Amino acid sequence: MKWGVVRFPGSLDDGDALYALRSILGQDAAMLWHKDETLGGADCVVLPGGFSYGDYLRCGAIARFSPIMKSVLRFAAEGGLVIGICNGFQILCEAHLLPGALMRNRSLSFICDFIYVRVENAQTPFTRAARVGEILRLPIKHGEGCFVAPAEELAQMEERGQVVLRYVDEAGIESDAANPNGSMRSIAGVANDRFNVFGLMPHPEHAVEKMVGGEGGLKIFQSIIGGAR
Amino acid sequence: MSLAPVALPGDPVIDAAQARAHGLSANEYATIERILGRAPTFTELGVFSVMWSEHCSYKSSRKHLRMLPMKGRNVVGGPGENAGAIDVGDGWVAVFKIESHNHPSYVEPYQGAATGVGGILRDIFTMGARPIASMDSLKFGSFDHPRTRFLLGGVVGGIGGYGNCVGVPTVGGEVMFDAGYNGNILVNAFSLGLARREDLQSARARGAGNPVLYVGSATGRDGIHGASLLASAEFDAESDSKRPTVQVGDPFTEKLLIEACLEAIKTGAIVAIQDMGAAGLSSSSSEMAGRGGLGIELDLDLVPLREANLTPYEILLSESQERMLIVAERGREAELAAVFEKWDLHAAVIGRITNDGRWRARWKGQVVADVPVGAISDDAPVYDRPMQAPPSAGEPVDTAISASSPSPAEALHAIISSPNVASKRMVFRQYDSLVQGNTVVGPGSDAAVLRIKDSRRGLALKVDSNPRACALDPYLGAIATVCEAARNVACAGARPTGITNCLNYGNPERPEIMWQLVRGIEGLRDAAVAFDTPVISGNVSLYNETEGRAIPPTPTIAMVGTFDDVTRHLKQYFKVVGDTVLIVRSASPSLAASEYAALFGALGQKLKPIDLRRERKLIDGLVECADRRLIRSAHDVSEGGLAVALTESCFNPSELLGVEVKLSVDDHSAGALFGEGPSTVLISAPMENIQVLRQVFAPLDIVAIGRVTAAARLKIDGVIDEEVDALRRLYEDAIPGRLKRP
Repeated sequence: MKWGVVRFPGSLDDGDALYALRSILGQDAAMLWHKDETLGGADCVVLPGGFSYGDYLRCGAIARFSPIMKSVLRFAAEGGLVIGICNGFQILCEAHLLPGALMRNRSLSFICDFIYVRVENAQTPFTRAARVGEILRLPIKHGEGCFVAPAEELAQMEERGQVVLRYVDEAGIESDAANPNGSMRSIAGVANDRFNVFGLMPHPEHAVEKMVGGEGGLKIFQSIIGGAR
Repeated sequence: MSLAPVALPGDPVIDAAQARAHGLSANEYATIERILGRAPTFTELGVFSVMWSEHCSYKSSRKHLRMLPMKGRNVVGGPGENAGAIDVGDGWVAVFKIESHNHPSYVEPYQGAATGVGGILRDIFTMGARPIASMDSLKFGSFDHPRTRFLLGGVVGGIGGYGNCVGVPTVGGEVMFDAGYNGNILVNAFSLGLARREDLQSARARGAGNPVLYVGSATGRDGIHGASLLASAEFDAESDSKRPTVQVGDPFTEKLLIEACLEAIKTGAIVAIQDMGAAGLSSSSSEMAGRGGLGIELDLDLVPLREANLTPYEILLSESQERMLIVAERGREAELAAVFEKWDLHAAVIGRITNDGRWRARWKGQVVADVPVGAISDDAPVYDRPMQAPPSAGEPVDTAISASSPSPAEALHAIISSPNVASKRMVFRQYDSLVQGNTVVGPGSDAAVLRIKDSRRGLALKVDSNPRACALDPYLGAIATVCEAARNVACAGARPTGITNCLNYGNPERPEIMWQLVRGIEGLRDAAVAFDTPVISGNVSLYNETEGRAIPPTPTIAMVGTFDDVTRHLKQYFKVVGDTVLIVRSASPSLAASEYAALFGALGQKLKPIDLRRERKLIDGLVECADRRLIRSAHDVSEGGLAVALTESCFNPSELLGVEVKLSVDDHSAGALFGEGPSTVLISAPMENIQVLRQVFAPLDIVAIGRVTAAARLKIDGVIDEEVDALRRLYEDAIPGRLKRP
């Protein structure tokens, strides 16, 4: 399948996503430039991590107005697959492609660490290679990853299965200690109600090789690739 | 001949007093008048003052730095460039450098540290190398000093705020707390980049008539006299008022500048490139022209400005960040400008290279500065300052540790909870250590390990310093620092290959400080020669003192090691239950300059001599062990000694393990358990390899002292029997716990 990774000014993990897709997963992946409007025929668009436009305003608040985002909005409306990782998740929330918002971490500081997430819904295009309840070890690295949403919206999301990943401990148990940033209901990743747009704070692209970051992220990419076949 | 430049309306009178206010001595001012054959203009005086500052000219250290070994079979690129490079195989070269940002970080910790990171990154990518890793060596005052928390929070926030946003992982570093830094902290920032050998750039101008391009951020009033009045003077009660000399960083622009510069380099249209660091436009323009033996002419009206009404003096001295100066091939400037415009950065032709050997600046149709290029770039005064060992130096001092010495268990608890030994996770967790996807071993182990993509090769990096040892003996202390850095890299399994250094000392006008500096350089030289690790770059930071009190002599070393096969890297953690635990040492340990001595006694001891041939043997042995996969873990015995090294080796992140150790009877002393040097390494290996290990390390002492156990307990003969998890909690909670206390 064809992938497009959007490069905003200030994107940082764009090259890492491209490397994971091309060199590790053998995919046909191209970099997309934020000033262009073409998605290059991609079947799945990746909005990568980083500090788009410096994120001197709210994270992702400027990037959503980038020329390429017009095409991403259209692509998503047509049912195309979009995955936003970290800053990409923030941009998707700012663009209202995903519910909720991402606030500063509870600790008020940036956190880089390996954490565990539990797959809550394994029927999405982004998780179908995993089992419900499966634990993935992934890295996080963000200052603003505390997921919040109004209570009614949260309830609705839970009901529809839009809460896709939740922070847990190594044994799969949800707890305050296992929630690195104070996210409501320990939410680490969410999908839209059509399940073609997915955002997550952890970085699956940094967990695709045993020696560098482990392989906890492979399931996410394999789900997307498997679904396309 | 050129016309004398004109004084501008509002310029002050130029005389020796004005020169003194600019930090220039009466002799230096007289030399300037002699070179020019007239009095300088105010603009010229400003330029001379920054270019002849200690920070830019190395006038006190230059004579002595020449003794360092800078060449070697792996060294690429001539001296005089912004940073050196070493060949790491397969056509890749590693460019690395460490630099101080001490005074700015004390005055304004967040921006001081942030711009320290930004500056060192520019030194790397100006060479054509993509920065792939950073580290920092941080020295704060004692943990309980009232300013320490503020400085710690600001510096760590600044390093993270800049490094995380620019997309270069911070993969390690060191943090130390000592009362010797109460009035003058140290922030030494290291960065390493990778380039294809053929892409290495030069900072040597060529070709009269070639245009000079200014790229990056616009110029503002920040950082004026950062190099001269802030970095090259001691602190006093007025130092806080120097805050405006600290620059303000913009990591987003730096990220764009990295991408744009690396893309521009690919066009082949760049003749020379240099970042505008200390002394900004003055230094970058004069140094590039000076290296090429050429002249340069700048039109200051064309410099992109943040605000109108900057004077020529301010434009030339501004240290605004995220700016670079490029000499382009004539006719290709538009091609280069297009790259920078793509990245939404300024690109303006502001001058040209000439062949008249003059450094000339024009403003509003008049010449405002016109001096020989060499006078500012190369011919700054070089001083052979007097040096004198203090009367007590080298004398053995009473080695007594206080009579009420603690039990081994009590001592262990105290040491692993000491902020100098305890886990720095709380600091490193605030840095992105993973971006770019090359981090095989991140912060917390002996050395960081990076892979080089699409090859089997890799790198190991470590920054080290040992100010306590240097305070006892600046020569042996410097040697010990290099040995420790080399050992850390070798414990990761890499071959130590090259060094960069940052020499932090007090006021060189005092003979005993000058003596410390020169002895430090001599130690660095002797160790670098012994390990065959050339010093490819470096930086000197002097005047680190407040109201006459100097910091401990602190040469900071960054050692870079190379792997042919990075899959053979080692970590410090025990791995397999039943493995034999061994120590290999070049000499028996001593409590001199140890954390134990700092906590329970006086540091006033004599350092043991260091046999560099034995040290080299230890390094070679470790590299061979990794290469032949003879051992499963290796950990340098450093802060806290053997007892702490054993403890840390049990903290395997996948599963806590234990160790059972038997020492010979006379090894129950505090010295054996907590002594720190000279060199000991703790390794674990399958029992059947012991015979081979003896051969590999001969003639060094190698002693089997115990075995790895599944039960997570640390057992040393009967004198220590502790649960590893409890020790781990002490170790992890020490710094966060102390920070929580009001």
